[in-house]
Amino acid sequence: MTQPDLDPAIETVQLLTPEGTRVADTRYDPRVAHLDADALRRFYADMVLTRRFDTEATALQRQGELGLFTPSLGQEAAQIGSAHALAPQDFVFPAYREHGVLHVRGLDLTDVLKQFRGVDHGGWDPAEHGVHLFTLVVGAHPLHAVGYAMGLQRDGVVGTGDPQRDAGVIAYLGDGATSQGDVNEALVFAGVSDAPVVFFVQNNQWAISVPVSGQSKVPLAQRGLGFGIPTVRVDGNDVLACYAVTAEAMERARSGGGPTFVEAVTYRMGAHTTSDDPLRYRDEAEVAAWRAKDPIDRLRHYLESAGELPAGFLADLDERAEALARHVRDAVHAMVPPPAASMFDHVYATPHALVDAERAWFTDYQASFEDGGVR
Amino acid sequence: MTTTADRTGTAATAVATEKVTLARAITLGLRAALAGDPKVLLMGEDIGRLGGVFRVTDGLQAEFGPDRVVDTPLAESGIVGTAIGLAMRGYRPVCEIQFDGFVFPAFDQITTMLAKLHARSRGRITVPVVIRIPYGGGIGAVEHHSESPEVLFAHTAGLRVVTPSTPADAYTMIQEAIASPDPVIFLEPKGRYWDKAEVALTPYGTPGAGLDRARVVRSGTDLTVVAYGPTVHTALKAAQVAAEEGTSLEVIDLRTISPLDHATVVESVRGTGRCVVVHEASVSHGVGAEVAARVTEECFYELEAPVLRVGGFHTPYPPSRIEHEYLPSVDRVLDAVDRAMAH
Repeated sequence: MTQPDLDPAIETVQLLTPEGTRVADTRYDPRVAHLDADALRRFYADMVLTRRFDTEATALQRQGELGLFTPSLGQEAAQIGSAHALAPQDFVFPAYREHGVLHVRGLDLTDVLKQFRGVDHGGWDPAEHGVHLFTLVVGAHPLHAVGYAMGLQRDGVVGTGDPQRDAGVIAYLGDGATSQGDVNEALVFAGVSDAPVVFFVQNNQWAISVPVSGQSKVPLAQRGLGFGIPTVRVDGNDVLACYAVTAEAMERARSGGGPTFVEAVTYRMGAHTTSDDPLRYRDEAEVAAWRAKDPIDRLRHYLESAGELPAGFLADLDERAEALARHVRDAVHAMVPPPAASMFDHVYATPHALVDAERAWFTDYQASFEDGGVR
Repeated sequence: MTTTADRTGTAATAVATEKVTLARAITLGLRAALAGDPKVLLMGEDIGRLGGVFRVTDGLQAEFGPDRVVDTPLAESGIVGTAIGLAMRGYRPVCEIQFDGFVFPAFDQITTMLAKLHARSRGRITVPVVIRIPYGGGIGAVEHHSESPEVLFAHTAGLRVVTPSTPADAYTMIQEAIASPDPVIFLEPKGRYWDKAEVALTPYGTPGAGLDRARVVRSGTDLTVVAYGPTVHTALKAAQVAAEEGTSLEVIDLRTISPLDHATVVESVRGTGRCVVVHEASVSHGVGAEVAARVTEECFYELEAPVLRVGGFHTPYPPSRIEHEYLPSVDRVLDAVDRAMAH
């Protein structure tokens, strides 16, 4: 007998059409039934704020304040929807453009920019919000997520039935990453160990310049099936649907039901990074077609038609967005390079003779200059 | 099994000693760690029911269960990558790589992830992962089963790289590696797996000689031979022969490749004035080059001869029927000693 989530004929879950019309879905409607207008406005606000952050960070890169930036433009629904389905005790392994996820988890998004400003390779305390640092080696981190999930199993915090206690892990990756050996190994390890982990693939159609057809002969969602992992494909620009499928997948993980593979079909509206030029490899017509499916517009239409987007809320949101942009600008301008000798810090957790000797030499060398070497 | 009094003599505790092989000493060290810390896990290919292809984990899955002695899928990157995640969750995974030549699928996880997480998180994440690798040749093995990749790891900041040469060190160093908050590449000289010696079976947590110290294993006055892992045995045999010929060799067992204990080497060479470094890995860009550079820098005026290196050639590890010509033999060590003494 074919289990529904192991059927290769995978449907795409959608609860809101691009026009913002609510579509009934017997399986996933119960997952969103408790979301009242306040909750949906929260989703909306989070998407708007994430996009404002994106715009500001991109501008700061153009002004030379950041060396690089990885925009999340267009992927707000996949990120905000999935992140809202997480419990505080869940742990997140992002790739490197999950700004919306980090925002929902409560991080100050300016922490993300320390890396792009060139003052830090990390930027935040992973334990504080249950969010690991970005991983720039594409596809290296899902294995860490699986290992962390195997740790949860051993800690006895999976399948206890206590919603305050049971925990799971979510790993965010992209369509390009699914080609990496490490991602496939992560699926193998998760499958055979029933690890409580969700692989949330944001298929944004492009791995820099190579379309998803250059990564896979089959729909990405089918990748999960080959590993015996329940799989769901979701409209990645539909924040409600992304919330619903992630809620179901995380519940499966936390309850001891094992891993889930989610393909969220979305679109990278901007460049891969600020160093990229998508005009060299994709048509404006394609971009325009996806613009018509914009995740923020979609929820706005839905809330407007329900009369749940009052002018006061929108004006307040505008103000919050501008305050966020100001905060981002101020924070980035205030990020100064760390002392050069800090490169020797934390290379090892315990003293290492070579690092200690090199630090001592470097410190003396700096001090040998008349100005004390401070520069 | 015999029982001797604790060497400190301060406590009435008695420590059992047992005459065991180097491989068995590692087994007993792993067992002590598993018993002493519930967060210690073993992971690897065939390490459970089979006990590992060298039987180093023999009996441990039966004793500690399949959740703590984990037969993993056949995927080295997966082993190390999931070990990193387990370490982030507070575990102390000990990964077994079946053979030296099979570590490379995990090379990315080791060098770009494991080695850097502590630094890039500014110390917020520790990854106490041990990667055990049987390494070196001389056992008549097929391709990819006799290599010495230590420099590749020693060149990567964030990793500790250590290698015991005796059963006693194997027993304590594996436990120190597991207890270390740093990631440790633990290189096991598989050609010496069957060497037997008395080992004091101290409990997990007993302070040892440390993971950052070399050891003078034979005192001498004419020349310092620096060796580690499998070549310590070769160096000691060479010293025996040299002594019969009237040359007094001091032999140093480095024990650790990262960090290198330059102080012990430099102190020795200041006394002898001559230095030969011996390792199985190819000489080019090797540990010997690093030792020679540091000795030249710090012992320039004490040196009577250039520092010489004896080791593998810049070739792929050869087929086993000719591997003895690739490996540093007693004769090749003595040849280098003669050349250094001729100055």
